[in-house]
Amino acid sequence: MKLPIYLDYSATTPVDPRVAQKMIPYLTEIFGNPASRSHAFGWKAEEAVEEARGHVAALINADPKEIVWTSGATEGNNLAIKGAAHFYKTKGRHLITQKTEHKAVLDTCRELERQGFEVTYLDVEPNGIVSLEKFKAAIRPDTILASIMMVNNEIGVIHPVWEIGELCRAKGIIFHCDAVQAGGRLEIDMASFKCDLLTLTAHKMYGPKGIGALYVRRKPRVRMEAQIHGGGHERGFRSGTLATHQIVGFGEAARLAKLEMATDNERVRALRDMLWKGIQEIEEVYVNGDLERRIPHNLNVSFNFVEGESLIMAVKDIAVSSGSACTSASLEPSYVLRALGRSDELAHSSIRITLGRFTTEAEVSYAADLIKRKVAKLRELSPLWEMYKEGVDLNSVQWAAH
Amino acid sequence: MAYSDKVIDHYENPRNVGSFEKGDEAVGTGMVGAPACGDVMKLQIKVGADGRIEDARFKTYGCGSAIASSSLVTEWVKGKTLDEAATIRNTQIAQELSLPPVKIHCSILAEDAIKAAIDDYRKKHGTGAAEEKKVA
Repeated sequence: MKLPIYLDYSATTPVDPRVAQKMIPYLTEIFGNPASRSHAFGWKAEEAVEEARGHVAALINADPKEIVWTSGATEGNNLAIKGAAHFYKTKGRHLITQKTEHKAVLDTCRELERQGFEVTYLDVEPNGIVSLEKFKAAIRPDTILASIMMVNNEIGVIHPVWEIGELCRAKGIIFHCDAVQAGGRLEIDMASFKCDLLTLTAHKMYGPKGIGALYVRRKPRVRMEAQIHGGGHERGFRSGTLATHQIVGFGEAARLAKLEMATDNERVRALRDMLWKGIQEIEEVYVNGDLERRIPHNLNVSFNFVEGESLIMAVKDIAVSSGSACTSASLEPSYVLRALGRSDELAHSSIRITLGRFTTEAEVSYAADLIKRKVAKLRELSPLWEMYKEGVDLNSVQWAAH
Repeated sequence: MAYSDKVIDHYENPRNVGSFEKGDEAVGTGMVGAPACGDVMKLQIKVGADGRIEDARFKTYGCGSAIASSSLVTEWVKGKTLDEAATIRNTQIAQELSLPPVKIHCSILAEDAIKAAIDDYRKKHGTGAAEEKKVA
């Protein structure tokens, strides 16, 4: 087994070798500009781009004309939210989102607030999921746009976006859904899902980094103001020369995802359950977020009485992500875990383990064993664990803050 | 985060981990820090009949640098008198472990932990005031 073991598939996935193979000729041989209409180099590149558009559309059961290529999810979210808000601003100036969205959504909303829009940031329930009732209550006559993610990137929970889509459609509110963590992992059917704008990216589904797609509904038609101006590519929504090799990679990744999603998910779920079974034996361990309404790839757990940075240092043989941004001087716990109502200590001592297509059973059992051993070792060192074991209520202790 | 080899050594093989009986007359206990800040250090010293620290123990909840700082000072205080131990400065700890600026607070906490343990021992023996004067 090669160390460290990669268990951070929600951060990014390796490019599937089949995808990489498919991309290579588009760098050296079929290198034409897909916008070149006057020669075969351009025509061939355009053909490849359109074939890929078909694969991405098929993955979410959409029309290829509804797919707009972007540089990735951050751009997709910016284009969807700013583009729609700017276009519909005469109808109203109120937006709804929620607090555990990705920064690409939250920061875009902050920017719109600076431009004079009003944004409601909904709290999530303790299980990490946004409440339909609270969403309904936040709707105002001047609400023009709502943005709720399908799957949360840190805790993997699935929001009730299908029901929210119905509500928005009935009220004439444009609904944007960031489906980056869901793409290739959950069934998405745009024929039945009442969502107007949907963000996808290739590098979370075994495609290359630097290429994404924004689904823009045609029936009923959704309008947006472009955010990048130029040659009028992508029906004017997003100018800029298309990155043919990246697009081909995304297309192939989407095609494979559609074919293999069901079997991949089943395998990964078994591995995740095995991992949780192993970790569950540890005392004072907490799963962050709902374990049922969750994609099968994600396990996010907190270990009480263990400090986050030392935990990450202890498990350096597995590449996982931490709930704590510890490299900076200010110890800032994850805003997602704080939104669940977790204490600072528990938010700090969390790790996110995300599995994927190339994760093996041997790797999972190594990871579970490593975590068990290291948490035990750190607790052996922890005065808080000692006090807990002696029955001291840590909340009653007068700590000297420093 | 790049840790120095010395930090990694103390983190991987911490010295003198454990606890002495708190009520023991020969033991001084110092507990500093707070869970919400991400560091809690407990340092204990055992003082011999000759007034020298004959043994020390620690437990630390905190990052690698905090664990290394407290592990290091358990080694340093051994064999010292209380007055000598009280002269250990955080700058010496930071220098020995090559702590980066963002981790200086770990060395400060370790210095505070020594002082707290000495204070606790002196309180038990009712010599606090007199000894303090000598230190100053």
